[in-house]
Amino acid sequence: MLALRAMSRITREDVERTAELARLSLSDDEVEAMTHDLGRILDHVDQLQALDTAGIEPTAHAIPLATPMRADQASPGIDPELALANAPLREASAFVVPKVIDGEES
Amino acid sequence: MESLEAQRAALEASEISSVELVTEALARSEDSGKDLGAVIGLRAEAALAEAAESDARRRGGDSRSPLEGAPVLLKDNMVMQGEPTTCASRILEPFVSPYDGAAAERLQAAGAIILGRANMDEFAMGATTENSIFGPAHNPWDPARTCGGSSGGSAAAVAAGITGFALGSDTGGSIRQPASFCGVVGMKPTYGRVSRWGLVAFASSLDQIGPFTHTAREAAWVLEAIGGHDPRDSTSLPEALPSLEPALTGDVAGLTIGLPKEYFVDDGADPAVISAVRQGVDTLERAGAKVVEVTLPHTPYVVSTYYLVATAEASSNLARYDGARYGRRAEGVEDLDAMYRRSRSEGFGAEVKRRILLGTYVLSAGYFDAYYRKAQQVRTLVRGDFEQAFERCDVIAGPTYPEVAFPIGAKLDDPVSLYLGDIYTVSANLAGLPGISLPCGEIDGLPVGMQLLGRALDEATLLRVADAFQRLTDHHERRPPGA
Repeated sequence: MLALRAMSRITREDVERTAELARLSLSDDEVEAMTHDLGRILDHVDQLQALDTAGIEPTAHAIPLATPMRADQASPGIDPELALANAPLREASAFVVPKVIDGEES
Repeated sequence: MESLEAQRAALEASEISSVELVTEALARSEDSGKDLGAVIGLRAEAALAEAAESDARRRGGDSRSPLEGAPVLLKDNMVMQGEPTTCASRILEPFVSPYDGAAAERLQAAGAIILGRANMDEFAMGATTENSIFGPAHNPWDPARTCGGSSGGSAAAVAAGITGFALGSDTGGSIRQPASFCGVVGMKPTYGRVSRWGLVAFASSLDQIGPFTHTAREAAWVLEAIGGHDPRDSTSLPEALPSLEPALTGDVAGLTIGLPKEYFVDDGADPAVISAVRQGVDTLERAGAKVVEVTLPHTPYVVSTYYLVATAEASSNLARYDGARYGRRAEGVEDLDAMYRRSRSEGFGAEVKRRILLGTYVLSAGYFDAYYRKAQQVRTLVRGDFEQAFERCDVIAGPTYPEVAFPIGAKLDDPVSLYLGDIYTVSANLAGLPGISLPCGEIDGLPVGMQLLGRALDEATLLRVADAFQRLTDHHERRPPGA
């Protein structure tokens, strides 16, 4: 059981790697605290491994619904000025973010 | 004049105007609302103008619903055009909504007056309303104690008589648990009953909006106003919401109430809570309901299942907060990656980071099957438990929470123990079922909540039983000191 072996042994490195995936920068103290907290939570949820779920279909939504279809008709969307009103930084009708590609000076 | 029923009666008898009601509610919001940390934003001018319009409608014989002219607070995760929506998070502090959410839209279409925004745990993650950039909300019965969460501000405001009703959202108990702690009625409708359009997403397969009131009858009025199909939410149920008030017959004869044996075990809830709930069930039995024992064998696994599913969905939903298009962007960032990282790291609080990390971890390569898929499979088993139980009964009764409101700060350093308290509430979210918490007693002056769970789409029976209980008891008439 690969899964069982892998469980409950969350390390500082695991937390750091997960924080990378989640685009969070954690201080050393935060990594320490999160390693402890996540370890305790994972220790608890490992109880699920005791349940035999072979052949059980996973539930993604409690109330089964087919994806509804709508008529393919044009309708007004959100006004661009309203959509941009919350932009931390904007220029004309665009959201401005720091430069993505290195090299050329703009 | 604090309950919605009293407000409606006084408005209909022309003993008070909506402008007067709103003026009083605004004064209470500024006073006890701020002392309790329950109210975090008001739209005073707009609310007064809308109240004047409501009064004009009423004079013209044009009232829209039982909510006409009554003030209401929204949990601060439901958007309204031109108003801030913060989710009690630093990252959304500067956000002003460019559109109306369905809840606000439908309340206004029903004539209700949206007074402002209620405090909550950041992004609805928590059970105490302590995870808020505005500071904690307090319990009106004892301000040293928590009002519960995450919709704690809404519950506290209704308990304290600031407004007659409020809306909250419930992902794992966030309406029912604070209702229990504050001695009010809190209802989570069937998943998909109330549109999530304009509700800031936490865990999309579990989130549902619902009312806080003093009575089941008032909850029926609110649900009739906000419920029903909405094509803008792809998970909105296509079924029409039936008229609920005619179901409130006061008659429970012929109904069967199931008591899950797993909810009444010795090492479970506080014995005093169990005793209060048993007395509540006895009241219904004397009124003619049949009581049977049922079993929900996967109860010991529901909290684990819930925290795996909810955090996985949250880690995905909260990926949108990147500092690019709205919300708070960290200052002085030189590249895109630093903008994402620093905006998120500075913008989210500890509990939100904890849940994003847990959710990211259980979805990551190597752990997906062992944690996330496993939890989804157990979710199927939990649904099956309820399907079987509802073959033997119409409504399931039990405690809402294992204990009464505890002191603020008591569980801040122990997330696992706080999570385990959700054992009776998370199942309704996992299975998509409607649930309601209503006051059924007190322990040392603090309210105890009884939870009723119903079949999917059967809010009518749930409300019928809750209303019948309230006709026979007066727990819902008790008010905290000063309210």
